[in-house]
Amino acid sequence: MTEFAEIWSYLARGPLVWLTLTLLAYVLADFIAEKAGRRPLANPVLIAVTLLGAMLWASGTPYATYFEGAQFVHFLLGPATVALAVPLHAQGARLKKAVLPVLAGVGVGSVVAVTSALAIARALGADAALLATLAPKSTTAPVAIGIAEGLGGSPTLAAVLVILTGITGALIATPLLTALGFKDWRARGLAVGTAAHGIGTARAFQVHPSAGAFAGIGMGLNAILTAIIAPAILRLFL
Amino acid sequence: MIRALALILLCQLLGEAGARAAGLPIPGPVLGMALLWGLMSASGTLADLVRPVGEGILRHLSLLFVPAGVGVIGHLDRLGPQALALGAAIVASTALAIAAGAGAFVLVARLTGSRND
Repeated sequence: MTEFAEIWSYLARGPLVWLTLTLLAYVLADFIAEKAGRRPLANPVLIAVTLLGAMLWASGTPYATYFEGAQFVHFLLGPATVALAVPLHAQGARLKKAVLPVLAGVGVGSVVAVTSALAIARALGADAALLATLAPKSTTAPVAIGIAEGLGGSPTLAAVLVILTGITGALIATPLLTALGFKDWRARGLAVGTAAHGIGTARAFQVHPSAGAFAGIGMGLNAILTAIIAPAILRLFL
Repeated sequence: MIRALALILLCQLLGEAGARAAGLPIPGPVLGMALLWGLMSASGTLADLVRPVGEGILRHLSLLFVPAGVGVIGHLDRLGPQALALGAAIVASTALAIAAGAGAFVLVARLTGSRND
């Protein structure tokens, strides 16, 4: 037993253990999602996060230690965003034919995301700093952190709200859009990417390639648009 | 594969540097995406080079959110007494934004005759 403890304490100092466990947790989560027929509730991000959270808690590992290993995966978010150019290029002809609907979808989705979140949170008693933190929750994390900081909110909490928004969008998009009768994959993808950034986009790619490409467009345009409109909309609620 | 990866990282680097230098509110990788899109449209050779690697990275986009997601668990208590307000705001506004965004797209697509084909 001491041997195991020694080996563990040696391994736990390097990034290998948690990098490996992150990949293994995802492989298992993806397998479960596959077996569940890619139903929205069997979201691979949610399953993997739950598994790893339980492992960190059980082993008493601080997040900073975990992140030393997981940062290699986290870093790929940037290159993956750049790589969204690949599906956008593949869908270029269809995108050109849909410029106006895309702008309308992102514009309306973006304004509704910020306004409704602020209205609901204020009605339920959120203070000014919290509203500033919540306003950019539909944008991709680095943008949301920047916007929240600029408005006087908390960057750490902003990142948390962004992830929660992404998982919420990935979970509800399919049943919601189906219930409302939306059949156009372009509209479905764009709306999810606008409201739920990269996690919504990842979900859209699982459902349909053109939904994924339009989700990528929605995510990119919404990041720009929210940076511009969030300060003005926030002022209405202060 | 290394060449494609180098090109993707180069686009990100130029995007980060460009966004910072110009003081744009756009994140560097989004600018890098636009740059790569432009390069792929300009050159079929580059497009063929990047495609398999780009598709490979995107196939498991979900994986890349796992480290940040694990971080959220430790911060759930930071939501504190406002957790209910935040939770309600997130769920309701995400649903409203998805429905409104999809609705606006379909409406304008119909008005402008932009068909899904």
